[in-house]
Amino acid sequence: MDILPILATLRRHKLTAWLLVLVMALTCAIVCNAVFLIGQLLQRMDMPSGIAEHELVQIQLGYIGDTPDAKAQTQTDVAALQQIAGVKQVGLDRYLPFSLDGSSNTGINLKPQQQQNTLDAGQYLGQNLLPTLGVRLVEGRNFLPSEYVDFDTAVAALNSGDMKGFPQVMIITQAIAERLWPGQQALGKTLYTDGGIPFRVIGVIAVLARQNNLQQGAQYSTYWPIRMTSADGANYFIRCAPQDRESVLKAAVTKLKQLNPSRVVLKARTYDQARRAFFANDRAMAGMLVGVIVALLTVTALGIVGLTSFWVSQRRRMIGVRRALGATRGDILRYFQTENFLLATIGIALGMVLAYGINLLLMRHYELPRLPAVYFPIGAIALWVIGQLAVLGPALRAAAVPPVVATRSV
Amino acid sequence: MLGYYFDLALRSLKRNKVLTALMVLAIALGIGASMTTLTVLHVLSGDPVPGRSSTLYYAQVDPRDLNGYLPGNSQPMYQMSWIDGMNLLRAKRADRQALMTGGLVPVQPDNTRLDPFYEAARFTTVDFFSMFGVPFAYGHAWHAVDDEARARVVVISSALNDKLFGGKDSTGQTLRVSGATLRIVGVIGDWHPNPQFYDLTRKNYGENEGVYVPLSTSQDVGMHHDGSVTCWGKGGTGINPDHASRCAWLQFWVQLDKPDEAAAYKTFLVRYSEQQKELGRFQRPPNVQLRDVMQWLDYNQVVPDDVRLQAWLAFGFLLVCLVNTVGLMLAKFMRRAGELGVRRALGASKRSLFAQLLVESGVVGLAGGSGGLLLALLGLWLVRQQPAEYAPLAQLDPAMLLATFLLAVSASLLAGLLPAWRACQIAPAVQLKGN
Repeated sequence: MDILPILATLRRHKLTAWLLVLVMALTCAIVCNAVFLIGQLLQRMDMPSGIAEHELVQIQLGYIGDTPDAKAQTQTDVAALQQIAGVKQVGLDRYLPFSLDGSSNTGINLKPQQQQNTLDAGQYLGQNLLPTLGVRLVEGRNFLPSEYVDFDTAVAALNSGDMKGFPQVMIITQAIAERLWPGQQALGKTLYTDGGIPFRVIGVIAVLARQNNLQQGAQYSTYWPIRMTSADGANYFIRCAPQDRESVLKAAVTKLKQLNPSRVVLKARTYDQARRAFFANDRAMAGMLVGVIVALLTVTALGIVGLTSFWVSQRRRMIGVRRALGATRGDILRYFQTENFLLATIGIALGMVLAYGINLLLMRHYELPRLPAVYFPIGAIALWVIGQLAVLGPALRAAAVPPVVATRSV
Repeated sequence: MLGYYFDLALRSLKRNKVLTALMVLAIALGIGASMTTLTVLHVLSGDPVPGRSSTLYYAQVDPRDLNGYLPGNSQPMYQMSWIDGMNLLRAKRADRQALMTGGLVPVQPDNTRLDPFYEAARFTTVDFFSMFGVPFAYGHAWHAVDDEARARVVVISSALNDKLFGGKDSTGQTLRVSGATLRIVGVIGDWHPNPQFYDLTRKNYGENEGVYVPLSTSQDVGMHHDGSVTCWGKGGTGINPDHASRCAWLQFWVQLDKPDEAAAYKTFLVRYSEQQKELGRFQRPPNVQLRDVMQWLDYNQVVPDDVRLQAWLAFGFLLVCLVNTVGLMLAKFMRRAGELGVRRALGASKRSLFAQLLVESGVVGLAGGSGGLLLALLGLWLVRQQPAEYAPLAQLDPAMLLATFLLAVSASLLAGLLPAWRACQIAPAVQLKGN
């Protein structure tokens, strides 16, 4: 197909042609960035937690009136929960990875007195956490019973400054080990919290995401040997087979209420529900972006249909002359298809530049990485396909113009 | 003349239904999307305490050690420690001041049909009510002496009053909260500040607390704190932060009626910091901030990033729709070149043709605006179905309704400018000959 006649014709319709190019450029730029944002959201929603997500349920209790002997109550509760059919492990902590309820964080340093923290990490406390969560220990060992310290004792030690009652050992994730001691053995090394308190690393776990503040290093998590009670705000985490979750949850709630009726169930849910809630906004945003892309492509397609139809009706006589001079229907069809392809290509080229510019703006105002090159072809293909689909109808109508038109109204 | 143009516009729009429908649809979609996101943005960035926000200030000092300190580059501590909060409260250097924090408390209704439940609470000193202009449906706030005396008194929200007492005047009755028996002295009226500016550590939007208790009473009873706690150095905390601990967990608000008082209060905070440094409690050089409500909301970036991004996206979409409309209008006007040529030949000036075509664009804009309004209502309904905490607030108000039509008409007039100008450039003779 010879494109020179097409260019010559377009030059006579500069304004309309440029409007089409502009629409396609804007659409291409927005689609590229929207697809990129969807990719980012999907990546975030897919973040590994490192725990046995489909095997966990969570129960949080609140006391009404006087809190009884919380430690004894917790022991009774755990013993009773372990008796429930299907329960494999029971553990306690305040928060799990990807938590909307709050988080506990600590600065981690290589030296006792350090001006700036080396990194900021999430903090997990509580007993029997590793087997319950199903977190994989890659090096070292879990805490010994003798290494655990009661939560209130630890807080008192911290505030009095007498660190005797404070834990001495810690388990960290591989991500922290790599950041603190790249390429070295982390076991047995000492790290410091931002208060200058020393801890010996006795275990390294593969993956455990932090509760929130994900932008500070999603896999920076620490585990401290601190014993919690439900009066300290800790939740019961129960591990069971995925199909037993509903029945275990129901049985556990009944059991706990029966053991001490003067408490209220604040939360009773599966971990899957908790995780879904944490990423609910991201899911909604991704859905909205898909909607924007569909709406944009639809509007652009309708615009192309409208303008090409106008063009075809304006050029009826020209088409008739060409048909009379021997052009086939296919020639006319291809003429309009090629014309649209040319305009789309110019639009896409402009759109790429614009997409890059928008990405730079987004990078400045939102925490987004640079737009990877793979997203450019997505916008290009979308525009080419939409352009060809939209032009098909008017082009077919143009191809149907009979040669006799050339002889009329002259 | 305008009426005639209006009539011409309607005729012309009816003649080419497909093109007209496409233009109206493009404008409606663009306006619908932009107005949806603009309304959300407008609601979320509103002033939670109109008329008072410029006299209310959030005070911050920095009691931390030097670990992590970057001279000139560090923000002060986000919240107040108990010691600093109490010192500043007792200094009474502002017109009004309130020290407060959030809580989560079990409520045991006397009504046995209701199970005990947990309710969000605010532990505060009494100026909270007068500073923030809290209206009362029944009763009144507690008195300053109640703060001193750790009185067992409580103020409840109208929502909680509805739930417990069926909306009747409950003042004088008692309520069991966290195991303590409190006397209800007031029921708050219609008061829903959004964003919840006074404590942004729990949630930014939504329903305010159900239970309000004097700060001193809450500490005496041992009611559970709820909200963020930040400790520095060797500081740590359980559910209820220790008063002497190196932890910050309270918010301190002051009311300063005249602008120059703000500067004076800031100087006071600096002097307080210097004094504490001399005493050895503070280690950093004085680092204080005093932000009014809107500055505080701005600093905290309460409007979610997603919402801003959605607004930009919607405007990008509107732009695409507008460029499309320009193209379609151009097609429409140029198709009528013959008719316009006749009008020109019969003596119509370029100017009157231009006006006529713009009226036609305006009519398209009005139609598009009506469609856009329906789409915006649909869009806002969709937003309300979202899981975000601000979702229930997404409602159209009269100002935004008016803005919808203004935006639609001005957008369509803008889109009509270029095509109308082009159409007026037609030489009448050529057109007449062509026909």
